[in-house]
Amino acid sequence: MNYFYTIWILLIPLFVFLMTGLFGARFKPWISGVIGTVGLFISFLLSVYTAWRFFFSGESAGTYPVIIAAKTTWLHLTDKLSIDLGVLLDPISVMMLVVITTVSFMVHLYSIGYMKGERGFERYYSFLSLFTFSMLGLVVSTNIFEMYIFWELVGVSSYLLIGFYYERPSAVAASKKAFIVTRFADLGFLIGILILSYYTGTFDFAEITNPHSPVFTGIASVSFMGASAITWSMLLIFMGGAGKSAMFPLHIWLPDAMEGPTPVSALIHAATMVVAGVYLVARMFPIYAFHAPEALTVISWVGGFTSLFAAVIACTQFDIKRVLAYSTLSQIGYMMLALGVSGYGGEEGLGYMASMFHLFTHAMFKALLFLCAGSVIHAVHSNYIYDMGGLRKYLPVTHLTFLVACLAIAGIPPFAGFFSKDEILVAAWNHNRFLFSIEYLVAGITAFYMFRLYFGIFWNKKPHYHHTPHESPLVMTIPLMLLAAGSAFTGFIPFATLVSSDRVPFETSMHLNIAIPSVLIALAGITVAFILYGKESLASGKISDSLGSAYRIIYNKFYVDELYLFVTRGIIFRFISRPVAWFDRHIVDGTMNGIAWIISVFSERIKGLQSGQLQHYALVFVSGALILIMIVLYNLS
Amino acid sequence: MIPITHFLIVSTLMFFIGIYGFLTRRNLITVLMSVELILNSVNINFVVFNRYLYPDQLQGHFFALFIIAIAAAEASVAIALIINIYRRFTSIEVDNVDEMKF
Repeated sequence: MNYFYTIWILLIPLFVFLMTGLFGARFKPWISGVIGTVGLFISFLLSVYTAWRFFFSGESAGTYPVIIAAKTTWLHLTDKLSIDLGVLLDPISVMMLVVITTVSFMVHLYSIGYMKGERGFERYYSFLSLFTFSMLGLVVSTNIFEMYIFWELVGVSSYLLIGFYYERPSAVAASKKAFIVTRFADLGFLIGILILSYYTGTFDFAEITNPHSPVFTGIASVSFMGASAITWSMLLIFMGGAGKSAMFPLHIWLPDAMEGPTPVSALIHAATMVVAGVYLVARMFPIYAFHAPEALTVISWVGGFTSLFAAVIACTQFDIKRVLAYSTLSQIGYMMLALGVSGYGGEEGLGYMASMFHLFTHAMFKALLFLCAGSVIHAVHSNYIYDMGGLRKYLPVTHLTFLVACLAIAGIPPFAGFFSKDEILVAAWNHNRFLFSIEYLVAGITAFYMFRLYFGIFWNKKPHYHHTPHESPLVMTIPLMLLAAGSAFTGFIPFATLVSSDRVPFETSMHLNIAIPSVLIALAGITVAFILYGKESLASGKISDSLGSAYRIIYNKFYVDELYLFVTRGIIFRFISRPVAWFDRHIVDGTMNGIAWIISVFSERIKGLQSGQLQHYALVFVSGALILIMIVLYNLS
Repeated sequence: MIPITHFLIVSTLMFFIGIYGFLTRRNLITVLMSVELILNSVNINFVVFNRYLYPDQLQGHFFALFIIAIAAAEASVAIALIINIYRRFTSIEVDNVDEMKF
C-alpha cells in the first residue's frame, strides 16, 4: 500500500509555520490563527486516516509491518554510512501521529480564544506550527540521526514558546533553563548515538531495532568501566530521553516551563514533547531488551523514583500549573517504569504496551487538565489555588471536564487512566514488587493531589472576586469537551491488539486482584482530599504545620534547584570557570595585548620616517637608485 | 669633430646639478627648474648617442622631441599645482607642504 502521502502530515505544519512566520504580521492576527488551525485539522484528518488504514488493513501474517513511506539520502558520508531523511510508519509512530495531531489541533483551536488580543498572536501560531512539525518529524524518523535533528528542533521551539512573554524576566529565565538543561542532556544523547553508530556502523532504526540483526556482534565484547559499550551508549541515549522527559535529576526545567502560555504547556509540556523521551526508549526498545538489560533496570528505577518524588511535591504546591507540571513528571515516571520492567514479545512485553497506552491516555487527560486550568486562569486571572474556589457555578463546562480529567488521572473506572495504569501496575507486579508498591502509593497520592486541586478550584470557600468569573467562549470549551470525551472513552481501545513490543497483537485481561486495590487506594486519596479541601477548613494548614520541616523541604521541592545552584555556582563556577576565566583574561588576552603593545610602540618610534617632506623622500629615492646602480655595475665588472 | 665624451660630461654635470637642485632648493619653482635640467640632460644624451652611434637612424631625435613635449605639459601641470599650493599655504616653500604624513 502506498503511504507516501503521510509526508504531508509533516509538511503542512511546516508550510503553515513559514507562512504565518513570514507573512503573519501583514494580515490581521486572527487569519494566522485560522490558517494554523485549518492546516492542523488537515494533518489531523490525514493522521487518523493513516491510523485507520494501518491498523485495520495493514496487518499481514499476524504482525504489523514497518513501512518506510518516504526516504531520501541527506548526507552521504561513506558508501556504507549515510544519513537519510524519511518517514517510518509502525504501530508506535502511527499512534504518536494521532496523539500529536489531535492534541495539537485542540490546542490550536483553543488558543484562538485563549490568546485573543495578545501581542504576537501570529508569532505564537507560527511557533506552534514549528513545534508540531518538529514533533511529528521526531516520531516518524527513520534513523536515529534524523530523530536527533528533530529532537533539537523540538527543543528550540519549546524554548521559543516558553519565552513567548519575553518581556517577563521569569519567562526568559525559564526558557533559558529549559534549553540549557535539555541541551546538557542531549550531549549525552549525542555521545550515545556516536558510540552506538561507531560499533554498529548504521543509524537506521530498521537495522538496529531488529533483534536478529548482525550489527551487534562486535559491540558486546567491548567494555568500559565494568559495563559493555552498548550499555553505556544506551544509558547515554536514555540521558537525552530523561532530559526531554524531565526525569529526576534533570526534571528541574519542567515546572519553570509553566511560564509559557497555558495552551503551550498543554501541548508541549504535558502531552507531546515531554513524552519524547519515553518514545525514544520505546523506539530503541529491542536494543535495551536484548543488549542492555542493565540500562533497562536503571530506567525502571529512575521512572519509579521520579513518579514518587514528583507526586509528593505536587501535594504541596499552590500554583495550579505547577501542580499539573509535577503531576506530568509523575505520570511520565510511570511510563518510564513500565518500559523498564518490560520484556520483549507477547505477554512479556506488557510493560511496553502499557507504557504506550498510558502515553496515549495521559496525552488526552493531561492536555485536558491544562486546557481547563487555562480556562480557569482566564476566568480569575490568577495561577494560585487560594485565589480560587467555588467556581463550579461560574464555569460549568470547565468544571465537568476537569472532573472527568481528574477521575481519569486518578484511575477511576471506566475513565481512560484506569485501564492504562492498571496495565502498568500488572507489568510492575510481574517484574519488580518493590517498584510495584511504590506505584501503588503514587496512585493514591495522585488521586489526592488532583482532587485537592479540583476541590480547591471548584468547591471550597469562595474568595472575593473583583468581577464575576464567566465561562470561556465556545472556541475554548469545544476542545475541552472533545478531550473530555477522549479521556472518558479511550480506555476502551483494545490497545494490546494495536501496539506491542514485537508488533504482534496479543490479548490482555483485567486483573481484578490488582485493579480493585488500586481503585480503592485512589478513592481513599479522593476522600482525604474531600475532607481536607471539600469545604473551607483549617485542617490542611494544621497538618502542614505539624509536619514542620518535612513540609518545608517538600514545599521547596527537596531543594533540588538549590542543589543545582550550589553545584554550578558554588563548585563549577568557582573552581573551574573562574580559573579558566582568569587564564583567558590574563594569559590568553595578555599575550595578544602584549603583541599589540609591542607593535604599537615600535611603530610609534618609526613613524618619524614618514615626514611629509617631499625632498626627504626624493633623497631616499635617489640614494636607493644610486645604490642599485652601483650594485649592477659592480656585478657587471 | 668634437669627441662624444665632451657631450657626455656636459649632460652628466647637468643631471647632477638638477638632482642637487631638486634635493636642496626650497622654492618649488626652482625645484621645477631642476627637474627640467634633468630632463634636458637626458635629451642631450639621446641626441648625442643617436648622432654618434647610429647616424642613419632617428629614434633618439624623436625621443628628444617627445620629452620636450611632455616636459612642457608637465611644467604646465606643475605650475598649476604650485599656484594652488600658493593659494592654500600663501607660500611656495616646499618645507611647508608636509601635511601628507602618518
